[in-house]
Amino acid sequence: MTDLPGYPSRRSFLKATAAGAALSGLALPASAQQTPKPVSLDDYQREYLNADEWAFIMAATARLIPSEGDGPGALEARVPVFIDRQLASDYGTADDWYMEGPHDASAEPARGWQTPLNPAEVYRQAIPAFNAWCQETHGAAFAELSPEQQDASLTSLQNGDVALAGEVREFWGLLLSNTKEGYFADPQYGGNHGMQSWVYIGFPGARAAYREWPERHNVKYPLGPVSISGERA
Amino acid sequence: MARQEKKKDVVIVGLGWTGSIAGIELAQEGLDIVALERGHDQDTVPNFEYPQQIDELKYGVRLKMMQKPSQQTVTVRRNDGETALPYRSLGSFLPGNGVGGAGTHWNGLNWRPQEVELKLRSHVRDNWGEQIIPEGMNLRDYPVSYDELEPFFTQFEKVAGISGYAGNLNGEIREGGNPFEGWRSEDFPMPPLPTTYDSAKFQEAAKAMGYHPFPASAGIASTAYVNPYGMQMGPCNFCGFCERYGCYQYSKSSPQTAILGALKRMPNFEYRTGSEVLRVELAEDGKTATGVTYWDEAAQEEVFQPADIVILSSYQLNNVHLMLLSGLGEAYNPLTGEGTLGKNYAYQMNGGVSMFFKDAEFNPFVGHGANGMVIDDFSISQNDFGAEGFIGGSYWRAGTFNGQPIRNMPLPKGTPSWGAGWKEGIGEWYGHAMSIGSHGSHMSYANNHLDLDPTYTDRHGRPLMRMTFNWQDNDLKMNQFMKSKMEPLAASMNPDIMQAGFKNIGAQYDVRPYQTTHNTGGHIMAENAREGAVNRYSQTFKAHNVFAMGAGNFVQNTQYNPTGLVGGLAYHTVHAIRTQYLSNPRPLV
Repeated sequence: MTDLPGYPSRRSFLKATAAGAALSGLALPASAQQTPKPVSLDDYQREYLNADEWAFIMAATARLIPSEGDGPGALEARVPVFIDRQLASDYGTADDWYMEGPHDASAEPARGWQTPLNPAEVYRQAIPAFNAWCQETHGAAFAELSPEQQDASLTSLQNGDVALAGEVREFWGLLLSNTKEGYFADPQYGGNHGMQSWVYIGFPGARAAYREWPERHNVKYPLGPVSISGERA
Repeated sequence: MARQEKKKDVVIVGLGWTGSIAGIELAQEGLDIVALERGHDQDTVPNFEYPQQIDELKYGVRLKMMQKPSQQTVTVRRNDGETALPYRSLGSFLPGNGVGGAGTHWNGLNWRPQEVELKLRSHVRDNWGEQIIPEGMNLRDYPVSYDELEPFFTQFEKVAGISGYAGNLNGEIREGGNPFEGWRSEDFPMPPLPTTYDSAKFQEAAKAMGYHPFPASAGIASTAYVNPYGMQMGPCNFCGFCERYGCYQYSKSSPQTAILGALKRMPNFEYRTGSEVLRVELAEDGKTATGVTYWDEAAQEEVFQPADIVILSSYQLNNVHLMLLSGLGEAYNPLTGEGTLGKNYAYQMNGGVSMFFKDAEFNPFVGHGANGMVIDDFSISQNDFGAEGFIGGSYWRAGTFNGQPIRNMPLPKGTPSWGAGWKEGIGEWYGHAMSIGSHGSHMSYANNHLDLDPTYTDRHGRPLMRMTFNWQDNDLKMNQFMKSKMEPLAASMNPDIMQAGFKNIGAQYDVRPYQTTHNTGGHIMAENAREGAVNRYSQTFKAHNVFAMGAGNFVQNTQYNPTGLVGGLAYHTVHAIRTQYLSNPRPLV
């Protein structure tokens, strides 16, 4: 890693966000620097998901982006909160989409979203169906399986080896993309807690001002991220 | 019974680039003008302000600046034998919504077509003979030439505020510019933007192979700038939020930045948002229009707006739809070749190579939508169609445009899409990848066309428009040719890993992944009413007081992003209205 003369290294920067505030040139209120500690995921008041669905989402996202290794996992990033809130929003109800019939849910995938269900309904119908498959195949609902069995089950789901009704065949794609969205979206949506996903990969978030940077070739940008609400990490 | 508004001289349908150009140029004639915009009002302040605009989920993923399919969409099938299904959620292409239209959320890549692209059938005939044109390809010349359009390209570029370096200034080829571009009567309004690391690497490798790299022509300000309407732009800060976003700092060229502020100050111009035009009304003799009927969203009622001149300047798909619904021509029949509306729908054929360099720092979030260095060595004017077995070409570009991690996370093939391997991969590779893109031409074919759907309707009960579209061998061959030329160049840059993404022969159109919002044709220009829907001045053959602007005019798509040609044709059209039509309204051809 090449450090810029006169700039702290990225590592020391991460330990000293006050220095980052001075360097960033952004006038942010000092109070914005503290991220209030949120309620634990166990105490979180769900907006859309029911208890079984929540247990599934907690368990599944924890395997899709596991906690071990470098960088936050989906649970540290609070991805389940993001998914719950998205499904309660106009995204979950597909307000922007054309949902008039007739529907041909058996059309080949390249024809796009063709189910009569909206994303929230897909989760609602697919989770019990997938849990039933896990029960039949591995002897328990998904959340109760070992991590190895969970990974094997998700692989089956990904490969289309879990027989799901055509109406919910988008479930795997939705689950995976919503999980990654929750990992990387601005924290205002409930995930990417503390911007730790951005810190991990080196994305500066909403800084969006790099006037002197285009011609600094092969020099790593040194500043950590800011969020839309003015948090820093 | 529809409410009736006071008659206007001109009604403009859709307030994007071409509607804004028509608005300001015709307002300068003292005409009384109203623009009807289906979507909402939006401007730099307050709608695109920092930091609210810097929101990948809302705008990049949930597409809140785009047309909502619940309001308007199309159905899609890949051939005449398939049942078309609705394009229910946006994927392959993203029509805009609201004031500014697609000109607000674009990347700012502004190109002129090459001279031969406007006379492509003649170019093929003169050099190889018409026998090399594949069966089913409706290859055409534009009924206007580059030389005729040159002043209007220049005019648009001055208004839009384009940065670049002329490679052909009045016929003189200049080192560092594009030696293969059409001649320019003047240099660019602004100098090129600075070059990022990935672009510099590409530039060096391209030069070493004997190619001719030059800075991309960018609708992105490199300096402070004041355009001919007195509108001001400020230099870009490479914030990395161009495409799918409004620009928060007056740097990206758009109707808002370049025209609308000046236009709104003119007392003889007004615009109404939440006003979706349902049809163009024709006079009893069917030879002129009397105005348009629109849906007033606030009042929840239909309104008739009488006008002497109707300008159709909505998005290409919506223009064609409105013309089909209004009887402004006959629908094209691919079996007989009769009819003109919906004819020669075309798209774009793109591909690229991704390269991964463990030790390189690309800072992918430092960029803009039109960033980078380009080569045109495999462009339409340079390719030997007879020898290579296809008609077409592409430009290649490398330049960081955004580092938004939900959508822009290139990973080496074989990296798992989830789990510990994925998480390790994003940590290892984010910021260490660059790409070269091939942006290629797309020809027109009898098989690819637009008409009205027999089954699905919109919220007003109107039939949706039906798109029949699939990839064709000619363009796929062009794409494979680009792959064969690009891989050696990429390899010469010594990446740790590289991988190509080019559609193969036999590829089927998939509506899900984003491809491009360069939908063209459907109300094409032609010499006569038998072959096209509009003449060289975008005037409809059906009704001489109706002008249909935009990429619907393209007889086939060029190898470039369409905005430069759209802007040039729009100025060409309004010039004809001002100098030829107003004094004596009639068919101009």
